[in-house]
Amino acid sequence: MRDRITAVRRNVLARHLFLALVGLLVVVVVVESISDYRNTQLASMAYLGIAAGGLTVLTGTNGQLSLGHGALMAIGAYTSALLLPDSDSSLPLSLVILAAVAVTLVVGAAVGLAAARLHGPYLAGATLALAVAVPGIALYFKETLGGEQGLRVVMPDIPVWVLDLAFFVTGQDLSRSRYTAYVGWLTLIVVFVLLANLSAGRTGRRWRAVRDDEVSAELAGIDLGRARVSAFMVSAAAAGAAGAILAFTVKLAAPSAFTLTLSLTLLAAIVLGGLGSLAGALIGAALLTFLPSVVTDVGRSAGLSDIQAAELAPLVYGLVMVAVILLAPAGIVGSLRGAVQRSATTRRTTSPTTTKGTAS
Amino acid sequence: MLTLSSLTAGYGPVTALEDVSLTAREGEITAVLGANGAGKTTLLRTVSGLHRASSGTIDLGGTRLESVAAEKMPRLGLAHVPEGRGVITELTVEENLRLGGLGRGGRVSAADLTRIYDLFPVLGDRSAALASTLSGGERQMLVIGRALMARPTMLLLDEPSLGLAPRIVAQIFGLVRTLVREEGLSVLLVEQNARSALSVADHGVVLNLGRVVADAPADELAGDDQLRHAYLGF
Amino acid sequence: MQQFLNTALSGLTLGMVYAAFALALVLIWRSTRIVNFAQAPMAMLTTFVALVVIDAGHSYWLGFVAALVSGLVLGAVLERVVIRPVEGKAEINAVILTLGLFIVLHGLAAVVFGNRYRSFPAPFGLEGLTVGSTTIALNGFGIFTIVSVLVVMGLLVALFRFTDVGLRMRASAFNSEVARLLGVKVGAMLTLGWALASLVGSLAGLLIAGGSLVHPSYMDSVVVFGFVAAVLGGLDSPLGAVVGGLILGLSLSFVSGYVGSQLVALAALVILMLVLTLKPGGLFAQAAERRV
Ligand SMILES: Nc1ncnc2c1ncn2[C@@H]1O[C@H](COP(=O)(O)OP(=O)(O)O)[C@@H](O)[C@H]1O
Ligand SMILES: [Mg+2]
Repeated sequence: MRDRITAVRRNVLARHLFLALVGLLVVVVVVESISDYRNTQLASMAYLGIAAGGLTVLTGTNGQLSLGHGALMAIGAYTSALLLPDSDSSLPLSLVILAAVAVTLVVGAAVGLAAARLHGPYLAGATLALAVAVPGIALYFKETLGGEQGLRVVMPDIPVWVLDLAFFVTGQDLSRSRYTAYVGWLTLIVVFVLLANLSAGRTGRRWRAVRDDEVSAELAGIDLGRARVSAFMVSAAAAGAAGAILAFTVKLAAPSAFTLTLSLTLLAAIVLGGLGSLAGALIGAALLTFLPSVVTDVGRSAGLSDIQAAELAPLVYGLVMVAVILLAPAGIVGSLRGAVQRSATTRRTTSPTTTKGTAS
Repeated sequence: MLTLSSLTAGYGPVTALEDVSLTAREGEITAVLGANGAGKTTLLRTVSGLHRASSGTIDLGGTRLESVAAEKMPRLGLAHVPEGRGVITELTVEENLRLGGLGRGGRVSAADLTRIYDLFPVLGDRSAALASTLSGGERQMLVIGRALMARPTMLLLDEPSLGLAPRIVAQIFGLVRTLVREEGLSVLLVEQNARSALSVADHGVVLNLGRVVADAPADELAGDDQLRHAYLGF
Repeated sequence: MQQFLNTALSGLTLGMVYAAFALALVLIWRSTRIVNFAQAPMAMLTTFVALVVIDAGHSYWLGFVAALVSGLVLGAVLERVVIRPVEGKAEINAVILTLGLFIVLHGLAAVVFGNRYRSFPAPFGLEGLTVGSTTIALNGFGIFTIVSVLVVMGLLVALFRFTDVGLRMRASAFNSEVARLLGVKVGAMLTLGWALASLVGSLAGLLIAGGSLVHPSYMDSVVVFGFVAAVLGGLDSPLGAVVGGLILGLSLSFVSGYVGSQLVALAALVILMLVLTLKPGGLFAQAAERRV
């Protein structure tokens, strides 16, 4: 029995790594074949996807809602900005990302500890307060955090070995925006593999047990507080990485980027894509990135002014979000459970490599 | 007169009532008896529109009730005192009573309140107190008084004796008896406490696992030793 | 000393507005167990209605009334059409739904009225009153703010305490099943409750906007402050909401005056976390614990 579990787990890991490899190939092909402008969009999709992935694990797998992920992204972004103040900072980007993750993890632990006792509207309200409060900190500590203007992020030169490798693989010179897109998507792939493995393993089972039924989870010996806090920390860490990528992409960490709207937009992304699913988070992030220009065009051709048309996209997400909640009659949690149960039955009857877990 | 014919009701796959037919005659107390889980509460909830029957009919003095909404029942002369009494503890005693009176439509007069305070003097003494401060017996009086505020012709009572001392139960049942005698009220009384219920009722119906297993005058039921041992537990 | 007094006075004015907004949240929470995060953009939208009326050359007062009436209608329509289907369902659905509405109303305002700051008039002077030779931080509009919130609260108390409709509304909120058995049309009472709450929210929106700038997100932080105030008061108690609003208004005013206005929202967060940790049932809760 034990051997079988280990075997299944190894299979899951193998499957995630395989998917990651396929993802990497797709990324290389896409990044190389599109324009610099599109690559900047692709990098935006990466950071939205990373943050939404973290949020969907928290909400879908553990049942906690956070409206504070925009604020957590701000912490990651400001950490990165502080580490990349000018062009002679020699810190590799991977270390910057790790630092952003570490700092956000600490903040996430504090928030998670406070949030672990809260549920539903209380948790939503508390994290909403976080989202509104954090930009003010940047304004208050003007000297260090740049106030309204924010901090400029100066990307270090692309390492020579990366340039060589890129030239070797693609036969082209690596432009800066392609480089940023690669950094974003590599980070996304790493984060997603980690999240998928955590969700599929024992930790994920605990998170789901706590989400489904606190009383039986507690009877089964699960420490509710620990499960909640660990889910929040993992989710916060993802938001921190997302913040770092955001800083690399827009080359700025400023309060105006981290409004309540960002947090709400992330929530919209995971609701749109389907709660609890990493693939859904990616779909949501894609919609958030590419829908606005489509919607804006539609609005313009429907006779709206440019300024009005530009405001249409959020209206569309909001409407879709409301529609999703109203038209899934069992409610999100209910349909989610249905899906989990269905996939659990398939898992028992078919080989694990063909199952569709909730966090795949 | 309230007549149920072939009533069937349940919760999803669970059948709580199966082919139940019974009559609660005018000016009488009809007791519905049965163990915990027999379907008594479901029966009353189905009559008052809180739960929907899957088949069968409910007739109150010529009006069909199966698809009438619960909030319309007071105007049709039906009052339902739910299981657990249903005191609204955040309101005062008088507010609870006024609420009962509003159900009939129109305004609540001082005379309506005085009538209830005459029936239940304790309520008059505590009229301005929050209902949460009342004892169990007082609460039972309050919810019966509240139901009477709508001047019903048919009163449904769900286990009024639950959790009350025998002396209080006797007092409350005595009062219900008086109301029936003096005002011509009809009562459908659901009870697990079969001995007390049969002592006050005119007629009795015994439910077991959602089916009617006996339907006879109260003294006949009380005298049937076999039935008493099998279903009534006394 | 003078600064202290002025800080307290502006805290009082602000506290009245937070109290009104918290009251709106509490009215809805009591009857439907939903925290209406969309209250902020709802109030924003109705304030824009007032602005349209005023910009069309009508008086401030016509705009004021138009905003309150549209608040009433908006609240009723949203409850009936959007909220009704999730009442009594998993609470996360209701939370997500009100946040979805938040985005929708924001987007709607940005499309219709533009995503920019516009100034909103005030009906009374914004010059501080003078007492003796010193100018104090209370102006005509501040007095109007305090008075209008007090009037609306008085009317609500009268409605709930002394009218049959108020009694029916309270009964529906406390025990909807028993209320139905007693002939109360619970659905209609919930709609009315949302309508009234939305009206009170609209009033708060108008008072925040008066003599200042409006923008699709100008109420966003107010929903946080209103929520914190409501939680301070226990989320279930209208009186608690008012007291919570005043306490929060004063505290935030002192933070703003003595530390820095940028940290006001952070202070609100700290206060919220302290209350939820130390007295989760609110400042006035008796021993009874509440799951938060
Ligand atoms: N809300 C409900 N959901 C599912 N089953 C229920 C529900 N209420 C009652 N039941 C079931 O219906 C049956 C009858 O219950 P009830 O009418 O409460 O009986 P009684 O009032 O006689 O104790 C029982 O088997 C009970 O478990
Ligand atoms: Mg029962």
